[in-house]
Amino acid sequence: MTSMNTAERLAAIRGGAKPKRHNARTIAALTRNPGCARRAVLDCAGIDKQRLAAYVDFPARFGQSQFAIARGNAFEAQVKADGAAELLTLLRERLGLSIPEVAYDDLASVTGREQESPEVRYARTRTLLIRAATGAGDAGTLFDHPLLRINVAGQPVYLEPDLIAFQAGGRFHVVEIKSFAIVDGQADAGKVSSAAIQSAVYVLAMRELLAEAGFDPEIVSHDVVLVCPRDFSNRPTAVLVDVRKQLAVLRRQLGRMTRIDELLAALPPDLSFDLAPDAAGVPTRDPAAIVTALRAIDARYTPDCLAVCELAYFCRHEARGCTAALGPATREALGGIDRVETALALAHDVLPPAEEQAEAAALLQAAARLRAEALAGAPA
Amino acid sequence: MTTTPYRWVLPGTPSLGVVAPRAGAGAGPAGSAVPPDEAARRAVAGVLAELSSGDHRGVVVDSPPGAGKSTLVVRAAGELARAGEPLIVVAQTNEQVDDLIDRLAQAEPDLPIGRLSANDYTASERVRHYSTVRVAAKVADLGGSSVIIGTAAKWAMVPEGRWPWAIVDEAYQMRSDALLRVAGRFDRALFVGDPGQLDPFSTVETERWVGLTWDPMQSAVAALLRHNPELPVHRLPVSWRLPASAAPVVAEAFYPFTGFSAGTTEAQRSLSFTTAGLGGGPVDEALELAASTGWALYELPARHTLRTDAEAAAACARLALRLLERGAVAVSERDPAGRPVTADRIAIGAAHRDQVAAIRSQLGPAGAGITVDTANRLQGREYDVTIVLHPLSGRRDATAFHLEAGRLCVLTSRHRHACVVVARAGIAELLDAHPSTEPVHLNVPVKFPDGWEANQAMLARLAAHRTTAR
Amino acid sequence: MSTLVALARAEAVAAGFAQRTTTVRHLHVAARPLVFVPLSMAGEANAPLAALVGTDPAAPRLLVVPQPRNRDQRFRFAAELAEVLLPYLDSFRGVAEAVPVNRGKEIRHRYVDAPQVLVPNPAGIQFTRLLGRSTRFRRTDGDYPVHPSVPLLGRWLTFLADRAEHPGSCLLLAMTEALTLHWATGQSPLEDNHLAALLAWIDPPDGLTGAEAAARAEDPLTWPPAGPLTDPTFDNEVLAPLIAAYAEAGDDPGRQARAREALAEALRGQLAPTWRLMWRGLALLRDLPPGARVAQRWAEDRDAFTGFASYLDEGGHPQPRRDGAVVAAQRLHRLERALQSYAVQRAYDDPLVMADYRLTGEAFVGEVTLADPNRIDDSGRRRVLRPRIMLRTTDPVQVTPGTAVYSPDRPQQKARVVLVTPRPDGTGTDVVLELTGGLGRALTPAPGSVPEVGERVCYTTLSDGFMPPGEFPAREETPWTHGGPPTADEEAVEPTAEDALEEWE
Repeated sequence: MTSMNTAERLAAIRGGAKPKRHNARTIAALTRNPGCARRAVLDCAGIDKQRLAAYVDFPARFGQSQFAIARGNAFEAQVKADGAAELLTLLRERLGLSIPEVAYDDLASVTGREQESPEVRYARTRTLLIRAATGAGDAGTLFDHPLLRINVAGQPVYLEPDLIAFQAGGRFHVVEIKSFAIVDGQADAGKVSSAAIQSAVYVLAMRELLAEAGFDPEIVSHDVVLVCPRDFSNRPTAVLVDVRKQLAVLRRQLGRMTRIDELLAALPPDLSFDLAPDAAGVPTRDPAAIVTALRAIDARYTPDCLAVCELAYFCRHEARGCTAALGPATREALGGIDRVETALALAHDVLPPAEEQAEAAALLQAAARLRAEALAGAPA
Repeated sequence: MTTTPYRWVLPGTPSLGVVAPRAGAGAGPAGSAVPPDEAARRAVAGVLAELSSGDHRGVVVDSPPGAGKSTLVVRAAGELARAGEPLIVVAQTNEQVDDLIDRLAQAEPDLPIGRLSANDYTASERVRHYSTVRVAAKVADLGGSSVIIGTAAKWAMVPEGRWPWAIVDEAYQMRSDALLRVAGRFDRALFVGDPGQLDPFSTVETERWVGLTWDPMQSAVAALLRHNPELPVHRLPVSWRLPASAAPVVAEAFYPFTGFSAGTTEAQRSLSFTTAGLGGGPVDEALELAASTGWALYELPARHTLRTDAEAAAACARLALRLLERGAVAVSERDPAGRPVTADRIAIGAAHRDQVAAIRSQLGPAGAGITVDTANRLQGREYDVTIVLHPLSGRRDATAFHLEAGRLCVLTSRHRHACVVVARAGIAELLDAHPSTEPVHLNVPVKFPDGWEANQAMLARLAAHRTTAR
Repeated sequence: MSTLVALARAEAVAAGFAQRTTTVRHLHVAARPLVFVPLSMAGEANAPLAALVGTDPAAPRLLVVPQPRNRDQRFRFAAELAEVLLPYLDSFRGVAEAVPVNRGKEIRHRYVDAPQVLVPNPAGIQFTRLLGRSTRFRRTDGDYPVHPSVPLLGRWLTFLADRAEHPGSCLLLAMTEALTLHWATGQSPLEDNHLAALLAWIDPPDGLTGAEAAARAEDPLTWPPAGPLTDPTFDNEVLAPLIAAYAEAGDDPGRQARAREALAEALRGQLAPTWRLMWRGLALLRDLPPGARVAQRWAEDRDAFTGFASYLDEGGHPQPRRDGAVVAAQRLHRLERALQSYAVQRAYDDPLVMADYRLTGEAFVGEVTLADPNRIDDSGRRRVLRPRIMLRTTDPVQVTPGTAVYSPDRPQQKARVVLVTPRPDGTGTDVVLELTGGLGRALTPAPGSVPEVGERVCYTTLSDGFMPPGEFPAREETPWTHGGPPTADEEAVEPTAEDALEEWE
């Protein structure tokens, strides 16, 4: 067999299915558990993890409420209504910009463009952004729905165009509209964190685009404009979020993805997650075979995965009996022993510790003695 | 040249969430053609001129490790006092207060100095032997003093009185709420401190003040500058402590925007041993590497361990004891003829108190005079040789505590000659797999350097100085 | 997490049931608590959708907002909640006791009991805080008047939510936190936030292990989320059509009533399981014996309740949006003191908590092997009684000579470590202590004040002693370093018409 290149290998692992489209959210998710080989391989191969998880009977439990979606859409529509009039007011007044004139250019609003290939749409985005970067002048431009591209594991990936890029005086800012509220200047730190890393994906993609065209990438600001409802109202407010740290994180995680080859080299050559659908689209592959394939790639489960990874319930099940399933703090407090039963056996002195377990065993035995003593009602 | 980050293109707009590296009003940073002592002299002169101009209510001086912060405080105190301006000095710990008194009383033998103290304070020897120093628990009992020095905690209990000037020492270690409690005591102030060290912290976990400019959990300087962004920030450009082998490394990892340089050349500092390391062995190899290059990474086999990793603690102790056995001699601009590196010139630093206890118990009586302490307590201190138990050694995952740039900065910037870092292999992999899930708060300036980046930079540097324990 | 708690988790995994991490209860459980289970609308900042609330497990009151985006309906919800909560709070304002202060020179009064509100989880506390925030500035006049009870409710909810940040306070509690303070499950702390799964580990139904019951509890069909966020599938498949039906009913009173009833039933179905879990959790907590210092902390809660009630009686304005510089510093100071004293008190009250400190060397338990109760120190100006004892311990002692240590058995007494000597045969450590205080006034110790040979005693570096409060500048004297005196957003002032407008704009 001739050796396959990375793209071919990933395609083989994916099987017949089309690769799952990436967006800023999925790219951002790559930074959440970079030590997990299972996730890295599946994501690089563009495998639909949600479908896979359901197929092996550990369905992901994130759904989105239609109320949340409706609220998000309504807020975004309101901010963008009338040529993004409200957004401009915010940019002008709230942030003290004095742009006399601003054009609003929706790159997705022309009919028929839905049929265009991503390559064509990307090319148009590129042309417009380069023109804006070149053209000096007073006018600002809001680009809605530009289609951007980023390299993941050596493959160009097109990002779903759900952002606005704002240009004034040859400088660009990414504008992120989110429907979580900013109450008295504070917002949910987890949601802001997600928004920041997603915006950083766009900043990075725009910087790459402009750098390729010979511009200084720094003309895309690391200050992202986050637009959210203010307090309990529908009125938008804007704050600047500095995403320099997120950019650094992304750069290093994307850089790391190029090392996917090393991971792939260690995997069985016939590894595949092909569900082998029949003519009617019904998968024919035995779920047990998929489970075997999943187990062939090491996972790094932590309870945090439950909130971010579609496969988490599968991995949690697999991690039963491991101290990792109890969370990193518990594992550390148990002296880093991997298995719960080992930790207990060491604590109760029924297992002679291996050399590297001696210190942990001493700690656990002391803890077990103190716990037993206290529970037996000894005086404090 | 100073890096100016891009803010908004258009003038007059606020940039939330960005702390601009400030242009040093006094001195040029590292790398300029000016000789170090001249650069340092200009920097100090710039600070003193700014103080005497009275143009600002506050002047901030950022001082990287060993850049002459205390010297500046003593000079500024002397000048202000001589100009007839009554003055108070606010330090953070009793130890710092005593240090300052010792230096000030020596530099200004005629200056009456008051030491404001708690009722149960017994004056240390170095304070007692100056006839110009008076010790009292009440300001009223320090009447004739030109300068009154006390801890922030003590000053917070002084209900009245107002002095034209204050010097706030170690201001980056001071919490914003502590400054709030003493700021009513002075009209103007000089704030001096090291921005690269550990941030103050609180045991209380609440987000209710996050984003507020007066968030009581931030540092005193952060609060001061957020309310008074026009205040001049000076920088001391030269480290007199860190040798030429360390200054650029520490500057790049922990002071990426500002930098500083070493005040001494490689030729001025050297470390040698009076006895040979017979038979070699990795401990001697590491010490010799540290002596010749200023750095050594003493690497133990990869393993996930308890925090109190006995093997690592033993390695720290062995390195320190071996340094004593070998009769290390340090040659420097202070001691061109060389001076023995005695136990009091050696420190072992770790992240946690239980690690300190583990190392201490491994040292035994032979190492009784060696300082063993946590990063928090090593702040502001100086030794010839330091041995550092890497905060990430043997860990399976890193927490924000272990990644904090300030912690590693303190640990790797206490030495005049050499620093030996003890770590288990595997830190690179740990950093590589570290998830990025830090919460992001609105209107909170992003702090640089990032702990991850700083750790990575140090590790890359240390990799070239590796000795593998056998 | 301490190794002892982690070990309890490991044991829970092996046993299949949650394990105790305390020997006593560290919380006050009121005789008549009020349980509040709120739901909010997904995607909105704080849009109440429904709630079960009340003091009688058998008769909760169901509050429903048929159109959660409608702001008038939101405030109707607040007014209905006030109908339950305000009389409940008032019911504790009957009997007060006199408390001597300032060394008995003055007295002040405090109510002999106080309210206790329980919500399912920390998100429930956050809901309470935000509901307080959205209601306390409302006005009863002007463009968008609300019922007079609404701004009052807002002030009380804000008080409760603020108090919930205070370590050791029990006026507003999250059930998941109350339970995890006393039990360790065989799952991660993150999964313990799920009330049904947590209770499944602690008190599984007959025939199931905790692990099995917890797995079942994760099914949102049998155990709907404990809120405030609802299950997205419920939102999409049940709630959305019902809200639409209510909207379509328009002004037709019959149709509207039927639509409302259907909505109420669906929401009751989502809330009722959690309501039952709350009372089960309460019963489990009540079964634990209270720690000795719980009453003392509850007295502080009663003080806080009394103080805020009088503040409102005197026409107190709503709490400001954010703390000003001085208020923030003062509050942090209070919280830090409370946190420290709460940690110490739990250890003093509970040998299992103290065991954490013994493991890390901050406390040790040993048997007294030598005692010199009548030892006199005459090295100073006057002769003083300084008994010494030696005790032998097998705990890992980390204290060094000179350290001050204290004993929970004799909290008034201070001991100074004189010598720490590991026994040469490796059977433990001998510690010599010198005692001061709590010995009586004579030069011979009062009976029982010095531990006797053979007694097992515990000493620790943790001190439950009085910590003097810090001094702060007055708010109007906020220094220039902190921005000078506060603005209206950071001061308790009469809300303006503009404040009242913000909800509707």
